[in-house]
Amino acid sequence: MTTTATAARGEARREARARAGDRIFKGTSTAAGILILLILAAVAIFLLIQAIPALRAPAEEVMGGEGLLGYIAPLLFGTILSSVIALVIATPLAVGIALFISHYAPRRMAQGLGYAVDLLAAVPSIVYGLWGFTWLAPRLTPLYRWLSDNLGFIPLFAGPASPTGRTMFTAGVVLAVMILPIVTALSREVFLQTPRLHEEAALALGATRWETIRYAVIPYGRSGVVSAAMLGLGRALGETMAVAIVLSATGAVTFNLIGSTNPSTIPANIALTFPEATGLDVSVLIASGLVLFVITFGVNMLARWVVNRRAEFSGAN
Amino acid sequence: MAKLIDVSDLNIYYGDFLAVEDVTMTIEPRAVTALIGPSGCGKSTFLRSLNRMHEVIPGARVEGKVVMDGQDLYGSDIDPVTVRRQIGMVFQRPNPFPTMSIYENVAAGIKLNAKRMKKSDLDELVERSLRGANLWNEVKDRLNRPGAGLSGGQQQRLCIARAIAIQPDVLLMDEPCSALDPISTLAVEDLIEQLKLEYTIVIVTHNMQQAARVSDKTAFFNLAAVGKPGKVVEIDDTATIFSNPSQKATEDYISGRFG
Amino acid sequence: MSAPTTDTTRTAQPAGSSRAGMREHRLPKWAPAAVVGAALVVAVLLTLPFGAPVAGVAVLTAILAVGGIWLASRIVEGSRKATDRLVTALVTVAFLIAMVPLVSVVWTVVANGAARLDVQFFTHSMFRVVGEGGGALHALWGTVIVTGLATLISVPIGLLTAIYLVEYGRGRLARWITFLVDVMTGIPSIVAGLFIVAVFALLFRPGLQLGLMGGLALSVLMIPVVVRSCEEMLKLVPNELREASYALGVPKWRTIIKVVLRTAVGGIATGITLAVARVTGETAPLLLTVGLTAGLNFNPLEGKMATLPVYAYYQYTAPGVPPEFAIERAWTAVLLLIALVMGLNLLARVISRVFAPKAR
Repeated sequence: MTTTATAARGEARREARARAGDRIFKGTSTAAGILILLILAAVAIFLLIQAIPALRAPAEEVMGGEGLLGYIAPLLFGTILSSVIALVIATPLAVGIALFISHYAPRRMAQGLGYAVDLLAAVPSIVYGLWGFTWLAPRLTPLYRWLSDNLGFIPLFAGPASPTGRTMFTAGVVLAVMILPIVTALSREVFLQTPRLHEEAALALGATRWETIRYAVIPYGRSGVVSAAMLGLGRALGETMAVAIVLSATGAVTFNLIGSTNPSTIPANIALTFPEATGLDVSVLIASGLVLFVITFGVNMLARWVVNRRAEFSGAN
Repeated sequence: MAKLIDVSDLNIYYGDFLAVEDVTMTIEPRAVTALIGPSGCGKSTFLRSLNRMHEVIPGARVEGKVVMDGQDLYGSDIDPVTVRRQIGMVFQRPNPFPTMSIYENVAAGIKLNAKRMKKSDLDELVERSLRGANLWNEVKDRLNRPGAGLSGGQQQRLCIARAIAIQPDVLLMDEPCSALDPISTLAVEDLIEQLKLEYTIVIVTHNMQQAARVSDKTAFFNLAAVGKPGKVVEIDDTATIFSNPSQKATEDYISGRFG
Repeated sequence: MSAPTTDTTRTAQPAGSSRAGMREHRLPKWAPAAVVGAALVVAVLLTLPFGAPVAGVAVLTAILAVGGIWLASRIVEGSRKATDRLVTALVTVAFLIAMVPLVSVVWTVVANGAARLDVQFFTHSMFRVVGEGGGALHALWGTVIVTGLATLISVPIGLLTAIYLVEYGRGRLARWITFLVDVMTGIPSIVAGLFIVAVFALLFRPGLQLGLMGGLALSVLMIPVVVRSCEEMLKLVPNELREASYALGVPKWRTIIKVVLRTAVGGIATGITLAVARVTGETAPLLLTVGLTAGLNFNPLEGKMATLPVYAYYQYTAPGVPPEFAIERAWTAVLLLIALVMGLNLLARVISRVFAPKAR
């Protein structure tokens, strides 16, 4: 090889460029990662700053006239109540569907059925709202009437039944449908990760399919299902539009799930009140948003923590 | 273009773990040096430290000197990228770029480095490299097909063509035939035989017959116990190592008593 | 864990039971279908006095079928098999229940939205429209602009973060970023909207609503999704290819751009398309940050902008008098939105097919 001076200089220049390129590229990608942390911190900080006027305001000036706590507490109650209903309905259903897809459906169909459930997640929340309002609520009213007539002694079904069907229970059902795909998808994933050997060992011992699932698949996937349910809970807590449209909210704190007076939820209340709000009211709404942020953040963190711990300790592979 | 490499007092680490201890050897130009030894003794680690591929692994580092052309490859002013342009490498499993055609794979060293070259020069370089890798006649009619479509042996020769296309001085081969069938292995061994006329070649192999067939010099690596660092037990002419080794451990290994 | 069933049932099915025995104590293959058919007939007959409502028949059929299969199996096959059949029936029913909302959502939206799916809907805005007529041209454009802005912001940040995590990230910072990106995927969309409102209120003035704000709010939701999917795709690129490139003397940054990204491009495009699909339907943050106008506004830096979801929301909840025209428009907007989102999902699958590695 003949190395002329120009070639050597070219090589040196290329080398310098390569080093600079590496530094710049590493720098920008690291910066992008850090930016995400900053955004997350900024969410908390800016919400807090804008919530300060509400925190300082005298009780009678806050919407409702009972102070910030008095304003947010019933909303928080409604948020949690609707989400718990959603979770109670969705979790068993999701586990059943996940098992159906992972262990019961014919192999060739399993993937297609998985897509079908995933499609539920693709439907925008406003669509669920309109659907819940026009399709679901009227179809649930006969059920509510029957419940209040026959099971009215249970506080949950005290009635009188709402004639429109836009009740806490309906909102819970809509939320259940909305979180169903995420809980199903995560549960399905953990069920599919069950070491094949465990399952085959159980089958070889003469267990039926259900016994195999009961003693090999479910114990293995339990913590995965728990975290899936928690992620679903996080979604349900923050869901806005569907609840805003479906629920006929009056602000009462009640466990009656089928009546016409219902507590609102934090996100739905923000969506309904914000467009007309000014001044201190905006600050109050932002304060309620901050509460929601902190709660969902906590729930999600806990869920991820459970998932990560599980990943570390699972004996698979 | 082939060059001599002088390794002295080389210690290779993964984090705090000393993987290879105190290697001193001279790698002759225009010759094949084979590195043999049991699994985990550090042959591949040593090979990868010759072109500074070792430090790609997080936490990996090296102490000592590797001198080529009077220059310490681990000198503070040396860019590992430049070292790798002078010392090419062929891996255990053929790894052509799946998104590139056969032609683009051979030209990858030029294209990926954004060097400018006339189309006719590039065509010539690709042909020369493919001929050099004994692959031209098999692929000349389908240069635009994906490289991943070739057989395993052809893919490995494609990777060799890719490595020699950047005109390195030294060629490192990390068990280049271990994923190949006997016929492809033979083709690659024939190729090594030809390449040593122009390049300094270092090859790691688990196959003792292969070492005996293709190499001029052989270095035997071993480790005292699991968790202890690997060391060079003996380095000598291949004929001597295989017929009359000076160390008992070498003889035991070659005669198949362990490893 | 206790034993699967009582010991008596275990011994009642001796391991040495002959093949003939196995064959005898088994329900024929057509049995479940027959039971479902019978359950349907009974359910219809029982609900006939009430006019046999579809929902009632369906629920009753499911209950009768599940119970019937269990009973038949219990009698013919024994209790262990019966439990197995019961669970099979239950998980199948669970799946069918999940399909009810999917089918009914699509049906409701198509049935209500088809009426106004005309040319005028795509060529007119709501500028000076009261009552009949009008369209969603402005909202369609708004959705494209706002979603496009969000994509422009999120993709570079998300992709670079994924590159950091896969190619450079080590130690505590990388672990924290990974963890918090996961947590960030769970931020309620309304909080993202409030965040942007809070930022702009502090930096400019309260009550501001801009297309840009919507794009920023959506990108808060979109970035973590992009990071996750890009990260998965980059991890799929085999390390051997990176090493092959390094061994050719290619610097790391060029290796990442020309080899790693080039190899993963299909998966990345799929992931980004899915992320776009996810934020396209977001309503709540846009309600707060972008608002609604009646006419076209192409400038994201000035004034409110209409977007499909917010348009649908207001047409539905504040229809004016007479309400039916606005409600029709709302359904058509929602139909368009669902078609857009499902279309993007489909597009994502096509992209991943097209870019799938070809063997030869």
